[in-house]
Amino acid sequence: MSEIIMLEVLRYHPETDSEPYFQRYTVPYRDDWVVLDALNHIKDHLDATLSYRWSCHMAVCGSCGMTINGEPKLSCHTFLRDYRGAVIRVEPLDHFPIERDLVIVMDSFMDKLSSVKPWLIPKQDKPLSSGEYLQSPGELGAFHQYTQCINCLLCYAACPQCGLNEDFVGPAALALAHRYNLDSRDAGKDARAEIVASNEGIWECTFVGACSEVCPKHVDPAAAIQQTKISASVDWLKDLLTPGGHR
Amino acid sequence: MDVIETDIAIVGAGGAGLRAAIAVAESDPSLSIALISKVYPMRSHTVAAEGGAAGVIKGNDSLDNHFNDTVSGGDWLCDQDAVELFVNTAPLELLQLEHWGCPWSREANGTVAVRPFGGMKVERTWYAADKTGFHILHTLFQTSLKYPSIRRFDEYYSTDLIVEDGRCTGVVAIEMRSGRMVAFRAKAVVIATGGAGRIFPFTTNGAIKTGDGMAMAYRAGVPLKDMEFMQYHPTGLPGTGILITEGSRGEGGILVNKDGYRYLQDYNLGPPDPWPRKKAMELGPRDRLSQAFWHEQQKGRTIKTPHGDVVHLDIRQLGEKTINERLPMVRELALAYVGVDPVHAMIPVRPVVHYTMGGIHTDIDAATPLPGLFAAGECACVSINGANRLGSNSLAEIVVFGARAGRGAAAFAKANRANPMPASAGTAAEAAQARLRELFAREGGGDSVSSLRKAMNDTMESGAGIYRTEQTLQETCGILADLRARYRKMPLQDRSNVFNTDLIQALELGCMLDVASAMAQSALQRKESRGSHQRLEYPDRDDANYLKHSMASYRGDAAPSISYRDVVITRSQPAERVYGGAAT
Repeated sequence: MSEIIMLEVLRYHPETDSEPYFQRYTVPYRDDWVVLDALNHIKDHLDATLSYRWSCHMAVCGSCGMTINGEPKLSCHTFLRDYRGAVIRVEPLDHFPIERDLVIVMDSFMDKLSSVKPWLIPKQDKPLSSGEYLQSPGELGAFHQYTQCINCLLCYAACPQCGLNEDFVGPAALALAHRYNLDSRDAGKDARAEIVASNEGIWECTFVGACSEVCPKHVDPAAAIQQTKISASVDWLKDLLTPGGHR
Repeated sequence: MDVIETDIAIVGAGGAGLRAAIAVAESDPSLSIALISKVYPMRSHTVAAEGGAAGVIKGNDSLDNHFNDTVSGGDWLCDQDAVELFVNTAPLELLQLEHWGCPWSREANGTVAVRPFGGMKVERTWYAADKTGFHILHTLFQTSLKYPSIRRFDEYYSTDLIVEDGRCTGVVAIEMRSGRMVAFRAKAVVIATGGAGRIFPFTTNGAIKTGDGMAMAYRAGVPLKDMEFMQYHPTGLPGTGILITEGSRGEGGILVNKDGYRYLQDYNLGPPDPWPRKKAMELGPRDRLSQAFWHEQQKGRTIKTPHGDVVHLDIRQLGEKTINERLPMVRELALAYVGVDPVHAMIPVRPVVHYTMGGIHTDIDAATPLPGLFAAGECACVSINGANRLGSNSLAEIVVFGARAGRGAAAFAKANRANPMPASAGTAAEAAQARLRELFAREGGGDSVSSLRKAMNDTMESGAGIYRTEQTLQETCGILADLRARYRKMPLQDRSNVFNTDLIQALELGCMLDVASAMAQSALQRKESRGSHQRLEYPDRDDANYLKHSMASYRGDAAPSISYRDVVITRSQPAERVYGGAAT
């Protein structure tokens, strides 16, 4: 008999279930399968009612974040072979309401993302006819890591502060603000500070660092937040010490 | 049914849809925009494009070069007025992305860097490491957030266009969170829903690329153009079909068969040295490379694996530093999904369905023949790609024609102020709702989404793959007709309202079956070999009879009818496509 593996998947349907429950499925074990492949096997062959998000199957679209045996993971990048012989428990990401089964409600994240003004705010308009902004590889390197976020929300699920305070702007959005603040083409730091340096912004972070540990793209939001704290403190000191303020 | 009034409705929020939305917002901030997508914008498949976007920017290049490469790359099936406009506009649109913050890779002097790409005479492909699509998509999405007139409807699945009195006046969609249907009443509609690679079993395309927008337009009477031209990318990972960018060959990677031999030299692409060299060997066009693989396989010179035959992509000679700097995702993907570190070992690869050259027929203004309806990006066929798209032209295409579709829709909406729709959602919307009710009401077992989808995938691969014959295509057309009939009786297994992915997959399957029949029928009727369409019994290009676009028209339950339309030729007369030593 060929090898099998057991998945224990959280199910919740708001129209019929008063609370979530777990359902067990047995799927073929394959060395090169990821958890998403197992879910697709369930969907196609065992239970078409199971709902979850996915698309690219190559860890770049950010759709398929789930809690897998207690850890926030991309299900397309989490291999069955790492759980061989065990039961794999699959749940939706923590710290978000459940819409259905493994699908979370992510409206709050979308609002937080736009609140930090994640777009280039140049000092002055530059016509296209003047060509590109010159940016050295070094200047690009200063923020490049923080451009890598795929908005998969694993960091929100991992961050204890996101569990305690639902208004916390959170790791991914703060890292993205930092990305633009560090871009040599940008002059929007002050405009972003209103949210970034607010009570719900960087100062809510207690530097547990869980966000950076779970990030599948090595963005290191914890570092972004600490750097922003230092920068905001320097700005605050400048304001205090400079007659008329620096802004 | 709930009705949402908007000036412009845009279906699809990937690169083309976002660019269209921004173009509308910038052309007139008073126009309201509904940006409707079945996924959140950053999930759109633009995200998976890797190697780069083509646009002439350096002094050693010219617009003529880009034009000629594109037209010959497309085996002269491109409309040359569209290509001319495209190559002229691409640099400006890529610069615009730069001004919006796209983190393009740079030269030491701070200007944007470019890399060589297949079929391109001069290096002109702008790149952001090997995550160019990801960065373009996120740059556009983040930039779109600053325009208050863009109202997003994330996770709304569009089912039907609303057409009244010969004009497109909106779109019907399902709000996936609640299952409720909504009619968007619009003065103009833009479709930007991407390609249809999921019709095939082995594809680089994400799960969402199911040809929804193509099917909507097609059912509304707009022809699908050149649907027989499906691009196989020569280098996908076996098993998953994950894309390994052409940029890896642009940077100097080579392809070898089981004997370690650079087999492309046997297919009019050599000699192998000097290397790297433009338009030669591994930097030939994708159609030729994928076809060469097929021949190697016939000769027994490929390598057997549990996931089908492969050849080897070798990038070791680039060294760890260059790989980490320019191809970091290639390294990550190969390590994770095939357990190979390309710094030290060769990557197994095989051809994989990648890009739909055909699509919704539009003119060079991205307007379809249906007044009020525009289309851009992979779902559309302008056509700049002809019979074979050159790598890195599609990321430029989405911004060039996305912007054009947005501006066209804005102008149309302003010229047609009076909203012709009645106060109710309208009969077209009611009909869409009735069809959905019928789907929910079906009883009985038998076929499921997954069983019909698998049958469709299998017949498309066996009958309409890299090489096709009359017999295989006839068989595929027959099977598709049967599958379409069975689909009309297929019951849902999930009849609930909230985030019902059984329902969404069923609707996607219906779209794919319709689009697949347009592909197979167009392929059956094109009795020549051109670009990505290769007929074993008709090995030559036949300009006398087929220097024409095929136009597939929807005929309900019957197979589509195919007619033909002249190719626009302005200054490049059809000639032989030349690669390898003779090209340089």
